[in-house]
Amino acid sequence: MTQSIWRMPRWFHQMGSPKWFYDFGGILQPWFAVAAFVLLTWGVVWGLAYAPADYQQGNSFRIMYVHVPAAILSQSIFLGMAVAGAIGLIWKMKLAFMVARSCIAIGATFTIIALLTGAIWGKPTWGAYWVWDARLTSTLVLLFLYAGVMALNQAISERQVAGKATAILAIVGTINIPIIKYSVEWWNTLHQSSSFTLTSKPSMPADMYLPLLLTVLGSYCLFALVVLMRTRTQILQTQSGTSWLAQHRDITGA
Amino acid sequence: MIKFMLAIVRRDILLVARQPAEMINPLVFFVLVVALFPLGVSPEASLLSEVAAGVIWVAAMLATLLSLELLFKLDHDDGSLEQLLLAPYPSWTLVLAKVFVHWLVSGLPLILISPLIATMLFLPTHAVPALMLSLLLGTPTLSLLGAIGAALVTGVRGGGMLLTLLILPLYVPVIIFGSSSVAAAAQGMAVDGYIALLAAMFVFALMITPWAAGSALKL
Repeated sequence: MTQSIWRMPRWFHQMGSPKWFYDFGGILQPWFAVAAFVLLTWGVVWGLAYAPADYQQGNSFRIMYVHVPAAILSQSIFLGMAVAGAIGLIWKMKLAFMVARSCIAIGATFTIIALLTGAIWGKPTWGAYWVWDARLTSTLVLLFLYAGVMALNQAISERQVAGKATAILAIVGTINIPIIKYSVEWWNTLHQSSSFTLTSKPSMPADMYLPLLLTVLGSYCLFALVVLMRTRTQILQTQSGTSWLAQHRDITGA
Repeated sequence: MIKFMLAIVRRDILLVARQPAEMINPLVFFVLVVALFPLGVSPEASLLSEVAAGVIWVAAMLATLLSLELLFKLDHDDGSLEQLLLAPYPSWTLVLAKVFVHWLVSGLPLILISPLIATMLFLPTHAVPALMLSLLLGTPTLSLLGAIGAALVTGVRGGGMLLTLLILPLYVPVIIFGSSSVAAAAQGMAVDGYIALLAAMFVFALMITPWAAGSALKL
């Protein structure tokens, strides 16, 4: 009974094969690189140079084109890391642990970017670099969670055990994600609510939100690119000595 | 299963009773940390009564953390943990029993001594019941959440510092609502909402953490 619930189609298990992931990732990688470059350049240039100035904040709002994607990514990546960890735990897939491990540093970087750009924007707008607002505090907690996950991952030398331990901590830590997401709605705080949602009409003109949409998509592509690169590097590290890798064209140069 | 859990509870209580220092150390630590604040910040009653709620909660959290490291470590080191995990019962029963004893040994004494600490920090008397109630609901949550961290770092070298790093972020909601409930009571406002949230967190932690810590132990 339980087995039939957890049985997944073949492509799912195929995805867990390091060889398949290494090859398929190698095909995807350049596409993500091009997409990230085009989307980010387009969005940033449009947003910083051509989008109209805000009627209240003037030009300082433009930091949003960096801040919002970083903040969205910081939460998405944590969630993605927990999902990858759960996949690894449930279907005993080593590759999923590698993906989760790749996510940690990228997510922590985006969280730091979100906090720093927020602080820079906060000084002229709120009059303070930092306030103990619900969203700011919960994002700081997210950074601490990343730090904990990273520390745990590095403290355990055996990769398989480290992957499982990290996965459990990441799954428990996801409890913070809805708290960050809804903190601006649950508590009446200084931080404004979502910049845009999928379901309703945006509250700003198209010239302002389209560049934002581009930078968000570009950041996702950048994340995908870096995850692929880091995971493929881990495959090379852990699979060295296997026959498929020894005969691979990337190694033999043929 | 109940018998198994009761046997573990009895065994752990017996172990603590033979080493009473294990029980007294966190308590002394708690009182010491609190006593440092009047010395370090200011002995003025008006200031102390304002920060009392937060200070007591932070100190309680640190005291809990301090004793958590040993939750599974001793059993792991002498090999009995492995034997207990081999028992034909789900691993969460083991976690639940051990966490219960941990709370009995580290959480309950804190609650009992908290009125004294509150007086030392000039917390208004009418806020003391709220303090005790919030600690009563909050400290088991701290022990439960801590069990995940303790299980994850069992067998890892230098686990104590790592445990702090893993668990403190998870303690944030508990400390926010715990200290706000005491602060609200001190100002004469209603505390039901905070207490209800603390109770909800306790129930949630009770459902999730024994399972998570149990699977972490089996790694």
